[in-house]
Amino acid sequence: MSGSAARAVAIGASAGAIQALLRILPALPEGFALPVLVVVHLPPGRRSELTTLFGAKCRVPVREAEDKDPVEPGTVTFAPPDYHMLVEVGGTLSLSRDEPVLFSRPSIDVLFESAADAYGAGLVGVVLTGANEDGAQGLRAVAQAGGVTIVQDPATAYARAMPQAALAACRRARVLPLDGIVGAILAAGGR
Amino acid sequence: MGTGGMDEEKIEDIEIALLLEALYRRYHYDFRNYAQASIKRRLRQARERQGVKTFSALQDKLLHDPAAAAAVLRFMTVQVSDFFRDPSYFRAIREKVVPHLRTYPSLKIWIAGCSAGEELHSFAILFREEGLEDRTLFYATDINQAALDTAARGIYPLDRIAAFTENYRLAGGKRSLSDYYTTGYGGAVFDKSLRERVVFSDHSLVTDAVFSEMQLISCRNVMIYFDKPLQDRAVGLFRDSLARGGFLGLGSKESLRFSEHADAFSEFVREEKIYQRRKG
Repeated sequence: MSGSAARAVAIGASAGAIQALLRILPALPEGFALPVLVVVHLPPGRRSELTTLFGAKCRVPVREAEDKDPVEPGTVTFAPPDYHMLVEVGGTLSLSRDEPVLFSRPSIDVLFESAADAYGAGLVGVVLTGANEDGAQGLRAVAQAGGVTIVQDPATAYARAMPQAALAACRRARVLPLDGIVGAILAAGGR
Repeated sequence: MGTGGMDEEKIEDIEIALLLEALYRRYHYDFRNYAQASIKRRLRQARERQGVKTFSALQDKLLHDPAAAAAVLRFMTVQVSDFFRDPSYFRAIREKVVPHLRTYPSLKIWIAGCSAGEELHSFAILFREEGLEDRTLFYATDINQAALDTAARGIYPLDRIAAFTENYRLAGGKRSLSDYYTTGYGGAVFDKSLRERVVFSDHSLVTDAVFSEMQLISCRNVMIYFDKPLQDRAVGLFRDSLARGGFLGLGSKESLRFSEHADAFSEFVREEKIYQRRKG
């Protein structure tokens, strides 16, 4: 890991996201030190079941972001369907209905780029399974800001395109299976 | 004094602050209190479109080239919406707010940040179906004049109509959406009678004052682009523009929880973010 103390974890996932996140998020211990911000690609126009699903399985609080919510340590925050979620430098979340990026709203790139601005070297960015290229530019921004970059090993991913694109954009990212990603996130949080 | 060491990120923040100041002083568009993360994203896109490398260069161009500035300002203020977006919101307006509105002999409704008029037309249709149209005056405001012009024409691309129709149905529409438009000019032309009782106006929630005494203000997904102090200003404007007992509708992921004016409102339909101005 880098020398800077981690201040936040940002995770992006698309096709196969639920299964992958079910391996990661329930492993977070109560009182985990870092905020965990998550973008999952979901169809617009209906309410998300993510908070219900993960709320029942996680030991940390799970919520869907509302505009200007403070970033909370030890809390999993999902981007709501049909909104981009961005981190403000002052430690709050902003939402936007700007155009989809790579057909995606919420977009992983939008979260990662804003979080890289806000946290710099203190950000851990994680790109998981997915069938498009969202997250690649964002992960590059995380690396450029000095943050920690992690990509799910494409060989272990339900859909390889997204981790492969992230690796192509960010060659020095750590490549890990899901168990390794859990370990890296826990280590970043001092566990 | 060290001159090295400051990273590019910090320099960029200085440039953005100066650029926003320049836009305000030169063109009176005030983005200085917009939420930084999304304004930064839009400015990066504008920088790319204008073919310049830095925000300082963009500032230079925008100060001296009004045509380029007009294009960038349009881009920075454009929003795309749908008819009956978030159908459950309109269903709540129809089922829970309209019964209160019926008790007024005349109604003023403000669609604040109406962009290209999708929400305005949705309200006009809903009010016609509920028999409130004849007693209602709509105010539709935005800072983007091109969007206001589109709203006043009421023509929308045909490829968006299927989604609009589905929303209309889910929102509890009583007829067929096609009753309200004809096709032509390469689009769906919504009946101009829907806009007969509408006043379109260039109004800024950032710099302009109280509008008129309203029974309902709908301002959805507009204030998400503001920082907290600016949100407080806008909500204060809404408070002062609403009649006692009047309604304020926000976007589904907005709330008054963090507002310094929260006490002036009560939750009316909590899950749809519809608030009521307190009577006391």
